[in-house]
Amino acid sequence: MVATPEKQTPANKQYRVIGTRPLRPDGTDKVTGRAAYGADVKLEGLLYGQVLRSPHAHARIKSINTKKAEALPGVKAVVTAQDFPPPPPGSINLGESTANFQFLKDNLLASTKALYHGHAVAAVAAVDLHTAEDALALIEVQYEPLPHVVDVREAMLDSAPVLHDSLRTQIRAAGIAPRPDRPTNVASHMRLQKGEIEKGFAEADVVIEREFETSMFHQGYIEPHTSTAYWNKDGEVSIWTSSQGPFGVRGQVAALLQLPVSKVHVTPMEIGGGFGGKIPTYLDPITALLSRKSGRPVKVAMTREAVFEGTGPTSATFSRVKIGAKKDGTLTAAQVYLAYGAGAFPGSSVGAGAMCALAPYVIPNTQIDGLDVVVNRPKTEAYRAPGAPAAEFGVEAVMNELAERLDIDPLELRLKNIASEGALNASGQPWGKIGAREVVMAMKEHQHYNSELQGEHVGRGVALGFWFNGGMESASSAKTNDDGTVSLILGSVDIGGSRASLAMQLAETLGVPYEAVKPKVVDTDSVGFTMVTGGSRTTFAGGWVAYELGVQIRGKLVERAARIWEVPVDQVSYGDDGVIRGPKDAEGKERKLAFTEIAGQLARTGGQIAVSASVSKNTQGAAFAGHIVDLKVDTATGKVDVLRYTAVQDVGTAIHPSYVEGQIHGAVAQGIGMALLEEYVYGADGRLQNASFLDYRMPTTLDVPMIETVLVEVPNPGHPYGVRGVGEVPIVPPQGAIQAAVYDAIGVRFQHTPMSPRVILDELLPDGG
Amino acid sequence: MSHIVINTTINGEATEFLADERDSLLEALRERVGLTGAKEGCNNGNCGACAVILDGRLVNSCCVMAAEIEGSQITTVEGLAQRDHLSPLQQTFLEDAALQCGICTPGFLVASHALLAQNPDPTEHEVRFWLAGNLCRCTGYDKIVRAVLHTAEQMRKA
Amino acid sequence: MQAVKYVRAASVQDAVRLLQDGGATARVLAGGTDVIVQARERRREIRLFVDVKHIKELIGVSYSARGGLTIGAATPCYQIYGDANVRQRYPTLVDASSVIGGTAIQGRASLGGNLCNSSPAGDGIPAMIVLEGVANIAGPGGERTVAIEQFCTGPGRNVLAAGEFVVSLHFPAPAAHSGARWMRFIPRNEMDIAVVNAASQLRFDGNRVSWARIALGAVAPTPLLVAEAAAAVVGKPLSDETIAAAAAAARSAATPIADMRGSIKQRKHLVGVFTERTLRGAAERAQGAQ
Repeated sequence: MVATPEKQTPANKQYRVIGTRPLRPDGTDKVTGRAAYGADVKLEGLLYGQVLRSPHAHARIKSINTKKAEALPGVKAVVTAQDFPPPPPGSINLGESTANFQFLKDNLLASTKALYHGHAVAAVAAVDLHTAEDALALIEVQYEPLPHVVDVREAMLDSAPVLHDSLRTQIRAAGIAPRPDRPTNVASHMRLQKGEIEKGFAEADVVIEREFETSMFHQGYIEPHTSTAYWNKDGEVSIWTSSQGPFGVRGQVAALLQLPVSKVHVTPMEIGGGFGGKIPTYLDPITALLSRKSGRPVKVAMTREAVFEGTGPTSATFSRVKIGAKKDGTLTAAQVYLAYGAGAFPGSSVGAGAMCALAPYVIPNTQIDGLDVVVNRPKTEAYRAPGAPAAEFGVEAVMNELAERLDIDPLELRLKNIASEGALNASGQPWGKIGAREVVMAMKEHQHYNSELQGEHVGRGVALGFWFNGGMESASSAKTNDDGTVSLILGSVDIGGSRASLAMQLAETLGVPYEAVKPKVVDTDSVGFTMVTGGSRTTFAGGWVAYELGVQIRGKLVERAARIWEVPVDQVSYGDDGVIRGPKDAEGKERKLAFTEIAGQLARTGGQIAVSASVSKNTQGAAFAGHIVDLKVDTATGKVDVLRYTAVQDVGTAIHPSYVEGQIHGAVAQGIGMALLEEYVYGADGRLQNASFLDYRMPTTLDVPMIETVLVEVPNPGHPYGVRGVGEVPIVPPQGAIQAAVYDAIGVRFQHTPMSPRVILDELLPDGG
Repeated sequence: MSHIVINTTINGEATEFLADERDSLLEALRERVGLTGAKEGCNNGNCGACAVILDGRLVNSCCVMAAEIEGSQITTVEGLAQRDHLSPLQQTFLEDAALQCGICTPGFLVASHALLAQNPDPTEHEVRFWLAGNLCRCTGYDKIVRAVLHTAEQMRKA
Repeated sequence: MQAVKYVRAASVQDAVRLLQDGGATARVLAGGTDVIVQARERRREIRLFVDVKHIKELIGVSYSARGGLTIGAATPCYQIYGDANVRQRYPTLVDASSVIGGTAIQGRASLGGNLCNSSPAGDGIPAMIVLEGVANIAGPGGERTVAIEQFCTGPGRNVLAAGEFVVSLHFPAPAAHSGARWMRFIPRNEMDIAVVNAASQLRFDGNRVSWARIALGAVAPTPLLVAEAAAAVVGKPLSDETIAAAAAAARSAATPIADMRGSIKQRKHLVGVFTERTLRGAAERAQGAQ
């Protein structure tokens, strides 16, 4: 029998609520099938939409004829790119990514060119789904196929087909040679520099340089994107959608349809996973246009095939990593070159990758180059610690090879160079309070690391990971109820337990039980502007807001108690136990009122209390993780079985430890998928070949072991409860750790992920098989 | 559109509804009957989010035609709870934090329910083997597998 | 979903008539796990589903020592691997039927459907071949039987003529001192299409292999019965040498394609590996049966 974790043991003794494991308020609806997700929206007169997609990787669209589709009985509207007004200049910040309006519009529905297999070209709305599908087959699109390029390195060649005639390389740092003024696929080139790398390499006793490739990975959320829109007769547009950021959807829809944001009303439905992929919009402006044309509400749900072909996976990448060290393991210099395929439009996460690549280490001389390259693939988007896993994979692989070459334990090598408070990061900024050293120490001391490996072709590997975490803007409001509870109104979509983690922080602040706080996620008209649920920011920034709401309520309750008792305010105090205490009364009895008691008296002492707060914080605190993995390779087939996995992480303060563990479990499973199984497979024709859950192989229950988590708590001084984001960093180490373990098992250092059975077998077989 | 009348028993209640002859059982449950607990994740039998129990067997409702179920008995996630309390599996999934986004949860609950009905004392491997057709992207399966084992243990004690 | 009609056949004759009337776009609907998806994704034109699950001959498992095993063609996998006789006497059918899709697929998918879908990678087919299975077919011209190894004629193609369908699958009673094993290679541990699958059956006379059958999947346009591989182990005790010879013969017989699921080199190699593994597995079972 596998043990289940204790439920009511606050990890952190200084808190009453934080560190416990209460039930989530949305849980009952989610286990009974009542929770309403995007696809569950039902409105009177609802139409069903579908989207037609390009079968070509790259093609000029010569004409689109929708007449036959429009004539099909039951079809109520057909839209193409022509139905959009011209996009405004500029772009919108979506939290973990930025969307340029012109590119966003061109991605939603292709106008002059289809830039990837699966690029949307038209959409229909009909009385039912079957009719909408029939109508798609009647839309006639004339394509002129063009040469395509899907590989990032090929796309950088002068001979490569060019996706955008207007694109020129943006040089984003001093010291990079300008590029000729002619069309290119290299959208930008950035550089981070510190010290003098040539001098640093000259000081090294050992220098290792390796090249790496990672495949395109999809976030793989189980719920396909959906959107329902109703364009009312007064011009007000209502949208019910599955998004990580309803305010981002509002901004994108308003800009693309040239509406003031106040006319766009976005209701976030329950969301079935996102991992960054549900930050940009794909359907909302289209459903809105279909609704305007048809006069009826329209719902579009993507097929799984459309999700793979037409939404935003992560970049396929190429990298070159060179690290120098002295004999004693002191790192002297590092150079990293990253080229990320952005998909059909500029804007990969290469910049974030560059900033993360060397973050776990203090290295005096570094240079990191990052190139953003367009290719005929779907536009890439944020995926859990966007940009970091690919960048850090190569660095961790070289670190492990260095350790072997120097005959130093891989964790000792890391400890010797570990990032710590005050040291400068790759951008030249000093680190704040971070737990990198604590993480590596916990790995070193863990039984897993010190256990003996048994069996043939088994191996162990370790790797570290870093992610910044996000801060940004969040808002909430709260009101007291006369039964002693508090309603907490949230702008953050709850993607996996944030109602609970935010309610816990308000309960902690007020000194009331968790159950006394009633959280509710509301639409964009009912709460202040709140940035996306993403960037590991929700429990951090939302927690800050919850804390501020709590402080406001405490202050108002103190005033109210002073009025009830007719004593000066400064003689009344609010205890962390939720009890308000005043000076002794005439009979010498202590005046005190519990939160529950005073809440019941508010109506007749000046009314219920309602407060709101918004924060914009950049004190989020960085996150470090370290993973240990054991695996076994079947050398006859090339198949890897993960036997044991331990994930150590500085989690700041674990608000709800079960959900912290859950975030780590999920990220590790995704990382195992990246390391061993998952990849976008393109044919010579540039078409995606594996757009299904059958052939895009996400791990099943049988592909991952139980995942042990070790929560190291180094509280973030930039948060009232020490919160650091926890959700993203654990996807960073798996590829590096597994690569090292495979090497340990069979003596081959792979420089490519996934290390699928075919790839491994290829190495093990003599040529010609 | 050609509509057909279907008579069936859903979650213990005789149910008659009109469906398009082209509807899958999943589409009929969601769009015609109004039971949206079964979810569409892939629509081709590879994720298990639409799992229901049809005449005692676990099936993916996306791979069943609505027309086929005339006269059948169906249990969906909506039929697992008692009138005023959750089923042991539902309760344990909640308490053991075996869900994050919740979209795969109905499928996992229905599949696990079918497992425990025929094997009250499964091993960890048996749980993983039985649930291999249910994809979850949030949890890494750790807390789901533990919750199923934990429920089985509690039910054996009860 | 394309505009498909649904009809329930009450008898074998009824189904033959419905299929004949339906013409080329009529399809048998058994478990539906392949054809419903094909119809929905418009990969082939299907205008009529003829549901055969209510015909009594199509559902059920029966065994007699004299007559062997008969499985209704639409019998779902769970009912096959749940059957006591199948578990005891035909564990090879359990090998394959318990990993075709996940549990929820096995609630519907049938070995008859797996055969009629006629995928080169169809997991049940090599298992049925080494067990000397035959398909009992009904059609406008009456009934006929076709050996499983002769059933498929190309990817997605088979011997069924217009109006014909498979009623049941038949397997002789297992011989004394025999054992068989089916295995496959997939990148995941479940829920995958075989990169290669293979099955072997061995009969022993003392320590000597007296008879053998070896079948392969996903390495040719149809599943293959490889007589040369079997010949390599017959007449001698099973040894590393005879197994290696069988594996070599199997590799020679394989003519795989390269696709996103596997390379030629990988498939050729795996054919050898799984010929060996299934031979060893078959021998183990034969020993257990003695």
